[in-house]
Amino acid sequence: MIPQEFDYSAPGTLKEALQLIADGERKVLAGGMSLIPLMKLRLAAPGHVVDLGRVPGLNYITESGGTIHIGATATHHDIEMAPLVRGRSPLLAEAASHIGDMQVRNRGTIGGSIAHADPAADYPASLLALEAQVRLVSAKSDRTVAASDFFLDPFTTAIEPGEIVLEVLVPAEEGSEGYRYEKVSHPASGFAIVGVAARIKKSGGKISFARIGVTGMASRAFRALEAEKLLEAGADIDKASATVGEGQEANSDLSASADYRRHLARVRAKRAISVALTRAS
Amino acid sequence: MATTTVKPETLVGKRIRRREDPRLITGTATYLDDIKMPGMHHACIVRSPHAAARIKSVNVKPALERPGVVAVFTGEDVKDVGSVPCVAQLPGLRRPHHHVLAQDRVYFVGHPVAVVVATDRYIAADAADAVEVDYEELPAVADPEKALAPGAPAIHPQWPDNTAFTFHQEGGDIEKAFRDADVIVKQRITSQRLVPNAMETRGVVADWRAAEKSLTLYSSSQAPHLLRSLLASIFGIPENRLRVVAPEVGGGFGSKIDVYAEDMLMTFVSQRINKPVKWVESRRENFLCTIHGRGHVDYYELAAKRDGTMLGLKLKIIQDLGAYLQLLTPAIPTLSVLMMPGLYKFQNISADVIGAFTNCVPTDAYRGAGRPEATHGIERMVDILAAELKMDPAELRLKNFPAPDEFPFATATGLAYDSGDYALTLNSALEQVNYTGLRREQQQARAQGKLMGIGMSAYGEICAFGPTPATPTGGWESATVKIEPSGKVTILTGASPHGQGEETTFAQIAADELGVDIDDVVVLHGDTALVQYGIGTFGSRGTAIGGTALYYALQELKTKIKKFGAMLLETEDVALVGGACVHEQSGKSVSFTEIAAAAYRPMKLPPNTQPGLVATYFWEPPNFTFPFGAHVVITEVDPETGEIAIRRYVAVDDCGNIINPLIVAGQVHGGVAQGLGQALWEQAVYDNNGQLLTGEFTDYAVPRAHMMPWIESSHTVTPSPVNPLGVKGVGEAGTIGCSPAVVNSVVDALSHLGVRHIDMPLSPEKIWKLIQAGGRA
Repeated sequence: MIPQEFDYSAPGTLKEALQLIADGERKVLAGGMSLIPLMKLRLAAPGHVVDLGRVPGLNYITESGGTIHIGATATHHDIEMAPLVRGRSPLLAEAASHIGDMQVRNRGTIGGSIAHADPAADYPASLLALEAQVRLVSAKSDRTVAASDFFLDPFTTAIEPGEIVLEVLVPAEEGSEGYRYEKVSHPASGFAIVGVAARIKKSGGKISFARIGVTGMASRAFRALEAEKLLEAGADIDKASATVGEGQEANSDLSASADYRRHLARVRAKRAISVALTRAS
Repeated sequence: MATTTVKPETLVGKRIRRREDPRLITGTATYLDDIKMPGMHHACIVRSPHAAARIKSVNVKPALERPGVVAVFTGEDVKDVGSVPCVAQLPGLRRPHHHVLAQDRVYFVGHPVAVVVATDRYIAADAADAVEVDYEELPAVADPEKALAPGAPAIHPQWPDNTAFTFHQEGGDIEKAFRDADVIVKQRITSQRLVPNAMETRGVVADWRAAEKSLTLYSSSQAPHLLRSLLASIFGIPENRLRVVAPEVGGGFGSKIDVYAEDMLMTFVSQRINKPVKWVESRRENFLCTIHGRGHVDYYELAAKRDGTMLGLKLKIIQDLGAYLQLLTPAIPTLSVLMMPGLYKFQNISADVIGAFTNCVPTDAYRGAGRPEATHGIERMVDILAAELKMDPAELRLKNFPAPDEFPFATATGLAYDSGDYALTLNSALEQVNYTGLRREQQQARAQGKLMGIGMSAYGEICAFGPTPATPTGGWESATVKIEPSGKVTILTGASPHGQGEETTFAQIAADELGVDIDDVVVLHGDTALVQYGIGTFGSRGTAIGGTALYYALQELKTKIKKFGAMLLETEDVALVGGACVHEQSGKSVSFTEIAAAAYRPMKLPPNTQPGLVATYFWEPPNFTFPFGAHVVITEVDPETGEIAIRRYVAVDDCGNIINPLIVAGQVHGGVAQGLGQALWEQAVYDNNGQLLTGEFTDYAVPRAHMMPWIESSHTVTPSPVNPLGVKGVGEAGTIGCSPAVVNSVVDALSHLGVRHIDMPLSPEKIWKLIQAGGRA
């Protein structure tokens, strides 16, 4: 299909890009894995697209002071394969490996994915479980928000007009924690019908720390706080998992009803926690 | 003249790599959208967003005002262009006039309303959005059973019962069979609407030359000659001034047999603007506007004796036709009736088909076309009967097969199955999985709370369509073989392959028959200006009929070659061996190239013989062919989530003699993929307003490589007596054998919970609900 006519800019510097989008009227393009399909279907028809693909140095993956910095245009494949991410934030690498297919992972970027904020995207579960942060910059501002304050509603984030995602900040972990991303993929789109990210730390044979993020089940990704609390208090995994999604309105569509989705979230949480526990040392 | 010849290895039966693949996998093949012509314009079609509506007005002015737009045509412009053709014949069939653009009403989402023609496809697309159509929405009905219910909205106002036709067929004495029965099992079984999803969408380039009063039409078609004949009669263009070219065609699966509104519309547009015009279907249009397959609601009743002897089958088919009749639409469910006994001996049947109009895109032939529905039904019913009788489903099947010496086997539906050994394929599949061991394992698994299923299908199919009286398009096929003066061989086949690999298999056959190198053989097809009249590729007919036509053309040529050989060797008695004519006693020989040269520059001629080496053969088959096979599928169902994993997939197919095992394997794999798609994932879901909810690849799940099981494919070989090649056809086998085996396996996994049937697709949620309800959902 053919998108509507639009203007296109490919700025060569970040500064130029931020100036181009300063008035909030133009649409930012990164890997194009979300925006382009919408444009082809004419569900999105931006008048002017600003492509970040020519801005050099935006796809870095580095560590400083115990924090992994992932530049906005790092691709899912970059994140999946980077030794730094695999070593110091293996949950995120595992989540990235579940995104779409090879072509999508080679083109799609973390900045583009989280800015699009599809409620069934893979990253949000992990970013919530990792207590990650997102750095947003504009021509005149530079601020950092917690992942839990970033994802607001379906396709809605804390990004203000004129801002772009500059980088994602993930705390580097020490290697003792266990992790798991469990996903039920939609057979057509590959998006998460549900996806559950779990981080578990053990102390003296018991769970001392639990972080659980859930995507796909509800209108936005969420932390399973009650389950985390129960696990840290020594409850068994079944009991803790059974609280996942409690009080949350679950999505319902052709692929899964609300009841089934909530059930899948609980089953997958149980499995994610169990695997994470076996991986924790 | 040489004195020794070496007999080459035969190529038939060998895994020869497809000769069409290098151009396909290097992106150098010419598909429809690769065609560019000087002065070519581009068309974009304005389509209805409503399933049923009255068109109050169409304002084309905003589109016409855009720079680059040369014309916009609406229903009024095309009202005298004929109807999109349906060639199926059924008594009392109601045929709605299928205008190429909607007149005062639209009947399905995607119904063409106007066409915008511009100098550039982007301009055309934007201008199409600018056309203003004012609709008054009307109530729609998208479900065939609801369409038939009293009080349903009338799809076509002149036929308020929404019934296009009813069809009845009976064989044997069905009432007696049901009186004599100890057991009668009944089940409603659906076969959901599917989207054929050829990788290449449709497309048309029409090039009208007014000065020559001639039209060249490029179309992504499975049957270019048929398209030519029908367009010629619709537009009054003499057939010898109408050339249809099917360029490289990226799959069809039946969906490109049809003549579509767009073929006619582009012809009309090119005539009006006196320029070539191109239209290429978007993927969204392909979902909405290219025919769908299946669309059955079937009611089955199977009667049997307590010992498992099946006595008779009653079937009521409600066929979702969609809003119009495409080329073969109403004929497809009649094929289901022919196939309804499956591979079983019972001689009593009764079938009723009701063709229901709905506010959906029409259904028509999709890989298997009527036989998958029938096979799914009978193979499900056999399992349901086995459960009722507490009999092993394999034993029940084996008990009811005709024996190999009972062929040709006359069915209650009037067919004569050509040859078969049905127990051989089923037993082979069962042995490969160690069936008895598996049943023990299943008991143990159940004791541990695991859900393991063993499912089988024993399928048959009607292939090689077919004798002309049974095939509305004509049932023969043609071949021309030309030996060029240099001895190179050119084959023109009337079949129009589009992925089936006949450029390879036909070259194998010719190379063997003539004793020449396969690289000296070229197979051409798909251009009515180049190839003698032909029928096309569908219904697993390419090799069985087209290959046979080729075989007989080759025999004629061989006779002529031997005449020239005998003349050159000055003897009566020569054999054609290893690319040469050989006089066996003396060992003298004359090569193929020498003979070819002598045939085109004859210093003298054999008696009663013309110069040249060209033969054309049109072969009308005496019967269909009837491939068969058995698929066995082992599944594991996650008791917590209902998710299905396929542990093993064993396919034993018998398609008669095999020309190229590599191509046959590809057909089995592709067929199983599409069968698995139906069993587990695919469904064209329309809501109550006739909106297609699964109208994109993000919603409509076709199996991807990573979703496929390893397919353990093997064959038994029961040659067909219908043709001299002994081939039966394999294009649809995988699709037909797959879905019942998968569903039987999953039902088997849940059978101890009391589950007897699950309709496709087997979504995990459906399975989960059944488990939750202890089988009673």
